[in-house]
Amino acid sequence: MTIDISLPEPRLQLDGTKFDTLDALESEAIHIFREVAGEFERPVILFSGGKDSTVLLHLAIKAFWPAPLPFALLHVDTGHNLQEVLDFRDHVVAKYNLRLHVAKVEDYLADGRLTERPDGIRNPLQTVPLLDAIAENRFDAVFGGARRDEERARAKERIFSLRNAFGQWDPKKQRPELWNLYNGRHSPGEQVRVFPLSNFTELDIWRYIARDNVELASIYYAHQRPVYQRDGMWMTPGVWGGPTEGEELQTLSVRYRTVGDGSTTGAVLSDAADNEAILAEVAASRLTERGATRGDDRVSEAAMEDRKREGYF
Amino acid sequence: MSDLHERSPRSETKLLRLATAGSVDDGKSTLVGRLLYDTKSVLADQIDAVTRASVDKGLSTPDLSLLVDGLRAEREQGITIDVAYRYFATPRRSFVLADTPGHVQYTRNTVSGASTAQLVILLVDARKGVISQTRKHAAVLALLGVPRLVLAVNKIDLVEDPAQVFADITAEFRSLTGSLGWDDADVQAIPVSALHGDNVAVASDNTPYYDGPTLIEHLESVPVDSDNEGKHAVGLRFPVQYVIRPRTAEFPDYRGYAGQVAAGSVVPGDEVVILPSGTRTTVTRIDTADGELDVAHAGRSVTLVLADDVDVSRGDTIAAPAGAPEPIDQFDATVCWLAEKPLRPGTRLLLKHGTRTTQAIVGALVERLDEQELTSELSPETLELNEIGKISVRVAEPIVADDYTVNRHTGCFLLIDPAGGNTLAAGLVGDAIAAVELGDRV
Repeated sequence: MTIDISLPEPRLQLDGTKFDTLDALESEAIHIFREVAGEFERPVILFSGGKDSTVLLHLAIKAFWPAPLPFALLHVDTGHNLQEVLDFRDHVVAKYNLRLHVAKVEDYLADGRLTERPDGIRNPLQTVPLLDAIAENRFDAVFGGARRDEERARAKERIFSLRNAFGQWDPKKQRPELWNLYNGRHSPGEQVRVFPLSNFTELDIWRYIARDNVELASIYYAHQRPVYQRDGMWMTPGVWGGPTEGEELQTLSVRYRTVGDGSTTGAVLSDAADNEAILAEVAASRLTERGATRGDDRVSEAAMEDRKREGYF
Repeated sequence: MSDLHERSPRSETKLLRLATAGSVDDGKSTLVGRLLYDTKSVLADQIDAVTRASVDKGLSTPDLSLLVDGLRAEREQGITIDVAYRYFATPRRSFVLADTPGHVQYTRNTVSGASTAQLVILLVDARKGVISQTRKHAAVLALLGVPRLVLAVNKIDLVEDPAQVFADITAEFRSLTGSLGWDDADVQAIPVSALHGDNVAVASDNTPYYDGPTLIEHLESVPVDSDNEGKHAVGLRFPVQYVIRPRTAEFPDYRGYAGQVAAGSVVPGDEVVILPSGTRTTVTRIDTADGELDVAHAGRSVTLVLADDVDVSRGDTIAAPAGAPEPIDQFDATVCWLAEKPLRPGTRLLLKHGTRTTQAIVGALVERLDEQELTSELSPETLELNEIGKISVRVAEPIVADDYTVNRHTGCFLLIDPAGGNTLAAGLVGDAIAAVELGDRV
């Protein structure tokens, strides 16, 4: 059984007759952004520079056009990001004249509020700076680019996900989510995490990127990069260490499927340099993006659920 | 209305929203795992994880339910606790599936999953047949106006005389759904074995008595009504979400009303009425970030620009003047009570309808539905968790609603606890209970 990987029609059909899956997903996401703008005091968009948060931002800007985006951005910088991603983040902020908050894991390590893990992985350390930034800025709604197809625990999450003052998710106490009536009521100190891309799949994201010609960080497209192999993933050398003994540095044609911490996110060997080639590659892949290139999700059967319970996305 | 018909979207619907329902242990998670597996929506690393976990549990074949039961507590107990959303696609359609738990205490999750579903797969265990939980689920699905059902008679390989069992269960179920108002054409019964994959993606040699479509063939080809079709097409309903006022150098005087078309459609030049004020004006443009649209149908998020500088804000509805609903501040409603704390007359709540949230007070509890017998008890003292009843409601600000049996999107509301903010009830404007009791569904 093959799935549709053809390039979708360019943009939206202005005669209004066509309303395909991408149109439906786009309209749903825009509806969610506008609900939050209408009901919350201080929403913020979590922006990592990755493809999902880039699509999230693209949809947010469309939702309020021609007015400026009524939300700021928040980036939790692990200190282990690829430079191209940071450059892309700053480029997008400048291009759309956005406001950006950056919470840095490095600041927490420097003054001892956080301690480096023995394995050097920084993703789990993001939770504390994230929650502090939410509290300090009194953000009451926090948009994330999470998709339900990413992971089993995410498949259980509501589009409006209530978190307590500690940012914690309790899967047994979720509110029923009925029709498209989203309940954003919360007590002071509580926050709502909002996921407008919930119903997109990885392939939908790539088809949407192709249709709307969404500009992405360059690391998503095949490029020559010095890499070494570790645990079956192609890692980039960086401040996070590596290559170590026995790990050979080679320059290969690679691209990234997800953007995360440099110490745990690997590249895949690929020659896919444009959206069409990537769509074909994603559709043919026999591995999920996380299974292929995210070391932190391999930790245990419930790695994602446990981190969400701690306040992570 | 020929006008509405001409404006209908002409392209085939490629996205189907569906849900599962059924009682505990009838194999819902296995069926969903099977749908994902057979549509190749599961990738190698996910299969590897399930295979490893199955071996750890001492099983000889991969337990496909582990593909979907993602929470620690679910794996510990071997049951599904919460609604999960699954995505799969075939060359003909994409599917968003709300996989709902069967435990009685999680009926509210069945309501959540079914509220947006265009089709529900109701599972029964061939060895048990139509049980009280099946009847209850069918009644809830009827109230919620789910247009189409699939009866999946699962574990058909485990009964002695499968042809007779399938015929008997199908007949009993059709009698039930007929009395709840579904046409036979909208109910498809399929004998399946989720465990072995019989009649899920591949027609089974083990069911010679069945010559209908496989489950996937049926899901790919079943008609999906748009909101402009059906016997109750209504004109434009556009709840205003947000007023777009850029106040920028480029757009100093722009004022647009952002929202999602809830029903009907709109074209530039249409005369509209702003409710509840009753002011009339004309739509001059339908804006999107990609350009102006010639027409916007139900489901599309757009921004409307109006001819006159009228007073419109979040919570108002822009509607077609012909057949526009009267704003109401006192009405009867059917509710499914979703909270532990029972509902009593006189309770003060918040009511969210469309983009309007207003204070509400519950008057009388008019009746309570017995989903088994489809009979009502009049003037109950309370509505308890998972009970369905008819109540009278008074709201502080009028709402612009259609009867739920006429339009799902404009007839639904939430009741919210003003203290904690929790969602307490799923509400349907009008007397949906009477419609179900009379077998007169949407």
